[in-house]
Amino acid sequence: MLTLTAHWEGAPTVSTEPLDDRMQRLSAVRPRLLSFARLHLRDNAQAEDAVQDALEAAITKGDSFEGRSGYETWVFGILKYKILDLMRAQKRQGQWQPLEDENDDDAIDRLFQQNGRWHEASRPASWGEPEAVFENERFWQVFDACMISLPDSAARVFSLRELMGLSTDDICRELDIKENNCWVILHRARLRLRACIEKGWLTEERA
Amino acid sequence: MMMCRRATQLMSQRLDRPLTWRERLSLRFHLAMCGPCSECNRQFELLHDAGRRYAPETQDQDDV
Repeated sequence: MLTLTAHWEGAPTVSTEPLDDRMQRLSAVRPRLLSFARLHLRDNAQAEDAVQDALEAAITKGDSFEGRSGYETWVFGILKYKILDLMRAQKRQGQWQPLEDENDDDAIDRLFQQNGRWHEASRPASWGEPEAVFENERFWQVFDACMISLPDSAARVFSLRELMGLSTDDICRELDIKENNCWVILHRARLRLRACIEKGWLTEERA
Repeated sequence: MMMCRRATQLMSQRLDRPLTWRERLSLRFHLAMCGPCSECNRQFELLHDAGRRYAPETQDQDDV
């Protein structure tokens, strides 16, 4: 199965920080946990549940942490396990759409001409320096909106690969698909996502 | 010669598996000559990094 290591098992057990402080730190990170969970689970109620579970686990297990980044990493680590569990349950209960047929994708066909070159209207434009992009709050809003608008299978595979950081090998085992199929889905997801972001973000920035 | 559509497949797969030297060579050759594909390649890389910034360092270190 998955080769992830459980970050939270190594959590310190000495309690030095007051409970109130810990609660406060957790509520500060909660919005980010929630949007992370939402992108994976594609269901608000389930995302809320996953985050709630993760926060409760963090309160009971995590007693002391030096530094904010280590703490956040640890809480995100807990959430990742909750999400994977819930995704497996969603899949067992047949809540997932079947994965797209790889030969049938008009959205991608429309980007390219018959000869394989970009259509003029879909040619990628410059987004500027990555650091400036990442600091732009609007970019992250558009990123979220575009993730939500992806087809289910594209969004699931993309978020497992790029947000969760699983290898395509792990994703194939998790979703029970062939690795080649996984690469095809990721290629399409990236093309759709970049087109959506460029449309929603750059056009607005320059307007 | 490789066309843009195929080039975008390779620039995507490059983020998920090691390319063969032949694939690397033809991709590099195409990128050197094609502005829109170079932008696309930068955007795929940016999206790859964006995903890694979303959650703080909980990622497996499996970058190719």
